Amino acid sequence: MIDKRVASPFEAVRTVRDCDTVMIGGFGEAGSPIELIHALVDTGARGLTVVNNNTGSGEVGLAALIKNGQVDKMICSYPRSANSTVFPDLYRAGKIKLELVPQGTLAERIRAGGAGIAAFYTPTAVGTDLEVGKERRDFNGRTYVLEQGLTADVALIKARIADWHGNLIYNKTARNFAPIMATAAKTTVVQAEIVASPGALDPECVVTPGIFVNSVVPVATPAHESALVESGMIYP
Amino acid sequence: MTNKESPIGLSRNQMAERAARDIPDGAYVNLGIGMPEMIAQHIPRGREIILHTENGLLGMGPSPEPGKGDSELINAGKRQVTALAGASYFNHADSFAMIRGGHLDLCVLGALEVASNGDLANWSTGDEDAIPAVGGAMDLVSGIRAVYVMTSHCTRSGEPKLVESCTYPLTGIGVVNRIYTDLAIIEVTDEGFKLVELSPGISFDAVVERTAAPLVDGRTETEDE
Repeated sequence: MIDKRVASPFEAVRTVRDCDTVMIGGFGEAGSPIELIHALVDTGARGLTVVNNNTGSGEVGLAALIKNGQVDKMICSYPRSANSTVFPDLYRAGKIKLELVPQGTLAERIRAGGAGIAAFYTPTAVGTDLEVGKERRDFNGRTYVLEQGLTADVALIKARIADWHGNLIYNKTARNFAPIMATAAKTTVVQAEIVASPGALDPECVVTPGIFVNSVVPVATPAHESALVESGMIYP
Repeated sequence: MTNKESPIGLSRNQMAERAARDIPDGAYVNLGIGMPEMIAQHIPRGREIILHTENGLLGMGPSPEPGKGDSELINAGKRQVTALAGASYFNHADSFAMIRGGHLDLCVLGALEVASNGDLANWSTGDEDAIPAVGGAMDLVSGIRAVYVMTSHCTRSGEPKLVESCTYPLTGIGVVNRIYTDLAIIEVTDEGFKLVELSPGISFDAVVERTAAPLVDGRTETEDE
């Protein structure tokens, strides 16, 4: 029998090891799996490389993980935002590494990683500072750069509804990177507002098939990052 | 603190209204964060334009009424938006397949500088102390067939933004097709900048004076010349 349910966020993320690469879903606060990230803070795993579009805000969620000294390197497209000081301060002080990737290239690198594709050519960033050090090749009269697929040890993502098999449905623009990250990680951990028994989801409407998911944690009323930041919360 | 007395051109809203008039019915469009977003408020009546936001929504509508927003329904600027009838949500790889695969008709972006060969600089001032952040800008300009820029003609200190060669780090090479400023509409052609329309009350000389590259007056040119 397949039942991927796990009782608590901590139990679900305790498999994360020092120096792991962790993909974390979300675009800004939409889709950010706050409860899973806070559980990752609690594990104390260090030396992490984190893949996320941004670097979190305030001192909760991803920003809390960074502030806690657990992240060595960020791979992202837009590492600053309105309420973000944790990453910028550490970056200026030379205490955290940054691999800056155009957003579409980031998405495609993750998609490729999840599909077993080692690398691909794209015209994005040709002739810019972000092309430096990458192989160039012309196809049909246009210049492309070689970008490598991205994989991870663990992905932490947020869904609206999951079933025990790990089939997932998301909420609006909270979907963003989650479906591709689920394919690119060896272990994918999901927090879902509703966890249903198999058969509850219409197979036509499943967005992420359960094969890409390893564990499902019920988080019925997930926190909103902006509300936590506004309340002045600092995690842990 | 301006170098030159600035002529009175279009307001930001008028610029958005003017650019919106050139977006055809049925177009799939991505509007950059900031001033280009204002175009959404000025789509002419009777036209249906589908707005794309790269974080996974086609059919983006205006901001929600106060108190009715959803923190999981946002745009690329991370502000709360709405989804119109006929909208769709999708993941980031699909969203950028729309951009990178040439499926969108048009994007309108802001600029730090545009060069007369169409080079665009709009993601970094190259400041040592700045945190580099690129977002989707490089994907948009390399993937979408028509790239429009909407920008003030000069910087706040009066420096021209339309130049012979960009000094800021590039977003893309030879990618800009058309520029909407407070003073004029200018096309990027094989011969460089070509003026196609002056804002009301603005003279050609006033635009030439504030453009740091040669400007051809395209208003009098005939096809056979």
